[in-house]
Amino acid sequence: MATLKSSLGLRAALLSLLIFAAIVGLWQIATQPTAGTGPAVDPEYAKLVGAAAATGAKSAMPTPADIGATIWKHLMDPFYVKGTNDKGIGIQLAYSLGRVLLGFGLAALFAVPLGFLIGMSPLVYRALDPFIQILKPVSPLAWMPLALYTIKDSAISSIFVIFICSVWPILINTAFGVASVRREWLNVARTLEVGPFRTAFKVILPAAAPTIMTGMRISVGIAWLVIVAAEMLVGGTGIGYFVWNEWNNLSIANIVTAILLIGVVGLLLDQGLARLTKLVTYPE
Amino acid sequence: MERPLISVEGLARRFGDSAQPAVFENIWFGVDRGEFVCLIGHSGCGKTTILNVLAGLDQPSDGAVIVDNREIDGPSLDRAVIFQGHALLPWLSVMGNIAFAVSSRWPSWDRAKVADHARKFIELVGLKGAEAKKPSQLSGGMKQRVGIARALSIQPKMLLMDEPFSALDALTRGMLQDEVLRICADTNQTVFMITHDVDEAILLADKIVLMTNGPGAKIAEIVVNTMPRNERHRNDLHRHPQYYAIRNHLVEFLVNRSKAFDQEIADGSYDPRRLKLVKPGLAAVNPPAEVVPLRHTN
Repeated sequence: MATLKSSLGLRAALLSLLIFAAIVGLWQIATQPTAGTGPAVDPEYAKLVGAAAATGAKSAMPTPADIGATIWKHLMDPFYVKGTNDKGIGIQLAYSLGRVLLGFGLAALFAVPLGFLIGMSPLVYRALDPFIQILKPVSPLAWMPLALYTIKDSAISSIFVIFICSVWPILINTAFGVASVRREWLNVARTLEVGPFRTAFKVILPAAAPTIMTGMRISVGIAWLVIVAAEMLVGGTGIGYFVWNEWNNLSIANIVTAILLIGVVGLLLDQGLARLTKLVTYPE
Repeated sequence: MERPLISVEGLARRFGDSAQPAVFENIWFGVDRGEFVCLIGHSGCGKTTILNVLAGLDQPSDGAVIVDNREIDGPSLDRAVIFQGHALLPWLSVMGNIAFAVSSRWPSWDRAKVADHARKFIELVGLKGAEAKKPSQLSGGMKQRVGIARALSIQPKMLLMDEPFSALDALTRGMLQDEVLRICADTNQTVFMITHDVDEAILLADKIVLMTNGPGAKIAEIVVNTMPRNERHRNDLHRHPQYYAIRNHLVEFLVNRSKAFDQEIADGSYDPRRLKLVKPGLAAVNPPAEVVPLRHTN
């Protein structure tokens, strides 16, 4: 059984490698420099993308080797600062992560207690339901102008956008988790004359914790999606701004590097919360 | 008149508006201190609702329950409940579950004192060594033992049990019944238990309260178990001269009389406040030759 399992893992890894090799291979072929010189080009354009690319001798799309070299360069020196528009990719990621964690943390502080209230009180649930139902499907970026106008600070506005997109999954999952705590567990607390606060912390919170954590995991995923777009809008710092800036520089290798790093950080965030969820999950 | 420890007076419960027929109505009975009383009846007659009212988890539509000369108005640590589905908190260990109850009973106790007290009751139900296990790692019987230990650990004035053994296999059920019998005898615990198992009632109960079918369920009569406690042993219960008489009386009630009790009311002198105390065990000098089939289903 164990050998079968490990052989499955091994075969899957092998297949992954194969797929990776195929993608890189196709990419390499597609970005192969073509022989001969094309028609004369606008010298401005040639300056922008490089002479070889402009004449068609070399694709503007970097080869896998170029990407590899760029990634290596970034990883070797992720935290340099050479002026406002030239900061290491590590610094940019750290800005984005900071905003996400701050916005997400504030959302958790706000949504968990409110979700508790909604889950405990059918009255509050019914009263707040229309607001939640209408605001939940709104793209968080739609809040951006409103945030910029009222807060008048682009950095705080992007944190607000993260807050608003993180609130809903945590709120809804907390309310659901709290409302569906098993009746008999609450009855145990009641027959033991446990007060409302102790019941909330010792019975309802641990019972609802896995559902709440699942909401947080969804939230952090959405927040990480949204931060890139938000930073493209507000600019200044962050990985989203970095991507937009490199688009303006037409440095596709840097953009691809950023995409891969955004993916890796997103994965780490998700795995971190999955780990935390596992800690509070109980088998019945 | 001296009231029993638990006195159920004129209890009725309706679900929905008052035009609906009551699930049960005009229920009167008492449980004396140190007594083990079983309530027996078919599913749906409102047994669990009565127990929930006694526990303070449900409010009656009519009537009251007087415990220790005071009307109950909610749950109390004096009345411990052993739930049908054990109701352990799955994120806590065995020790954690019992310590939660102990620290609820004595909030001023420090951690060590709570743990010491909890450990005594874990040992009492024979779970020594399983303190750190989570409920999901325990068998059904062990879980119910934890439930029993939790209820006993708060040293309540009475135990309320809602079909505590119904989810267990026959062997485990028998072992736990013996243990409950032993523990209740040792601690002189007052117990009110719901069951639909006739043999369980005869083994455990001093009095067996018979409930008719709902809607409008009533207490038909109270059967006194005239077999003394020290003569009730699970393995040779059926050899006791009174056993079949009591058992047949109960089965006869569940099979026939529980349905058609309205007729008996019309025919005879039924007074819900002064229930007949019947002693079928004494009436039988010899067990009757004819035996009613063992199992009834509901």
